[in-house]
Amino acid sequence: MVVPAMIFIFIFSYLPMYGVLMAFQDYQLFGGFLHSPWVGLKHFEAFFNSPDFWRVMRNTMVISLLKLCFGFPAPILLALMLNEVRSMMFKRVVQTVSYLPHFLSWVIVGGFVGSMLSTDNGSVNMLLMSLNLTSEPISFLSVPEYFWGILVGTGMWKEMGFAAIVYLAAIAGIDPHLYEAASIDGAGRFKQIQLITLPCIRPVIIIFMILAVGNILNAGFEDILILATNPILRDVSDVIDTYVYRMGILNNRFSYAAAAGLFKAVVSVTLLALANKAARKMGSSLW
Amino acid sequence: MMKLSTGDKVLQLFIYIILLLLGFVTLYPFWNSLVISFNMGSDTSLGGITFWPRVPTLDNYEVVFQDSRIGQAFMISIMRTLTGTILSVLFTAILAYGLSRHELIGRKFYMVFCIITMYFSGGLIPTFLLLREFGMMDTFWVLVIPGLISVYNMIIFRTFFLGLPAGLAESARIDGCNHIGVLIRIILPISGPVVATLSLFTAVYHWNDWFSASIYINDPSLIPIQTLLKQILNSNIVTDQLQSVGNAAAQDRLALVQSVTTKSLIMATTMVATLPIIMVYPFLQKYFVKGVLIGSLKE
Repeated sequence: MVVPAMIFIFIFSYLPMYGVLMAFQDYQLFGGFLHSPWVGLKHFEAFFNSPDFWRVMRNTMVISLLKLCFGFPAPILLALMLNEVRSMMFKRVVQTVSYLPHFLSWVIVGGFVGSMLSTDNGSVNMLLMSLNLTSEPISFLSVPEYFWGILVGTGMWKEMGFAAIVYLAAIAGIDPHLYEAASIDGAGRFKQIQLITLPCIRPVIIIFMILAVGNILNAGFEDILILATNPILRDVSDVIDTYVYRMGILNNRFSYAAAAGLFKAVVSVTLLALANKAARKMGSSLW
Repeated sequence: MMKLSTGDKVLQLFIYIILLLLGFVTLYPFWNSLVISFNMGSDTSLGGITFWPRVPTLDNYEVVFQDSRIGQAFMISIMRTLTGTILSVLFTAILAYGLSRHELIGRKFYMVFCIITMYFSGGLIPTFLLLREFGMMDTFWVLVIPGLISVYNMIIFRTFFLGLPAGLAESARIDGCNHIGVLIRIILPISGPVVATLSLFTAVYHWNDWFSASIYINDPSLIPIQTLLKQILNSNIVTDQLQSVGNAAAQDRLALVQSVTTKSLIMATTMVATLPIIMVYPFLQKYFVKGVLIGSLKE
């Protein structure tokens, strides 16, 4: 029963791993992996020396770090706030609404963002103009300065509610006696959050932190492809993944793109291992 | 209920206000798009459409439904979601069941073999070239087969199966049921919540995925709705589309088509692509919360 699945996984997951070798070849379309000439580190050198390298690395790191700084704490805050809500009805409605965007495709979310921010009577521009904050509509999606903010904000809008599920469950698992004892000792809700809730969900937070750090080179892919359609944004929007896609799939530079992709994979795995090591020192780890 | 101090009350009020704002910000884009999709296009372009349609009309939807490409893309998406979900959940469950059996020799090896693929992969380019060498480009199955087995879902299934009483499968085996029979007749029927959650996630993935079709498929008759929507959003296809609809439809439709704008058409198409998800989601909500939790234990 298991063997056919193993063969399947071998074909669709392990064969592509073998295909990574093409990063060290000049991949020829008609020769395939087996008959393409070996060229050593040529494509890696080309990637590191290209002016794209620093631009792509900078964007990858900046976008990732921004997502980490804002996107990571947001669901924790949301969970903490939801936990303070006394009305079950209200809580359930807010939760249901907050999950919803997670189930939409990036294409649809991109459509919403485009529509909200459009200069052609987009709601955001209408609001800004009615508040006299701007005299004419701002073309948000073609100003490089705004792109990172829009990208991070949209990501939070989409995933915050869903990510909060795990934290809410962790909070629900806390022994209510702790709160009773604290309130008898005179701790207000705010103190209770600080002294009980947060320490109790710390292990969960750390595990998700490790995963987030391991993902640091995954600055985004679909979201950037969808939101950064304007080539003006390329200077701030190009990250390793989108670069690999553009070079490989659109420009047919297969070996070069595979080299860039492999570089990313190696750095990612290293970061994950380092993050896990750091976390182990703090007392919880993935493995 | 404990008594609240003044500080706590201020905190509560503050939290309610933030959550209300958050809820509004989350829902407003949907609502606004829905309203625009039901408003006459030429009127929408005058601006000021926020919470309610000013000139309500079904014209936008009429144009969308008349466009044969959108209808076809919709059908492709439905077929892909159905076959993809059923096959993927079934095969993943078979693998998980196999790996949950204690008598399986080399269980640990198989597990490691699977889990490695969660951390390492060949990446976009080698996968793309492999599927191309297999001649899977421009086939319907390229959308279904590569994702047939999800290791992540397998782990969730397996965790759940391991928690079931062992005697259940044993007694069925003694009664002469083979493994597939045990899985389909006994194990899956009592695994309702897990099957529902994983089916929901798989279905949502298949319904929402636009990227694989955008790189593996050129044949316009195989493009799913999300990929088509992406193409519409990205290019000036819309103008062609309006024209093609104008040509295809009868002359008396022409007046109707003229009141429809790019924006109103995009919004109507977006709503058509969103609707199936919005419809199933509330029913499955209680399941997926549970599913996420089973999954996160093993993350």
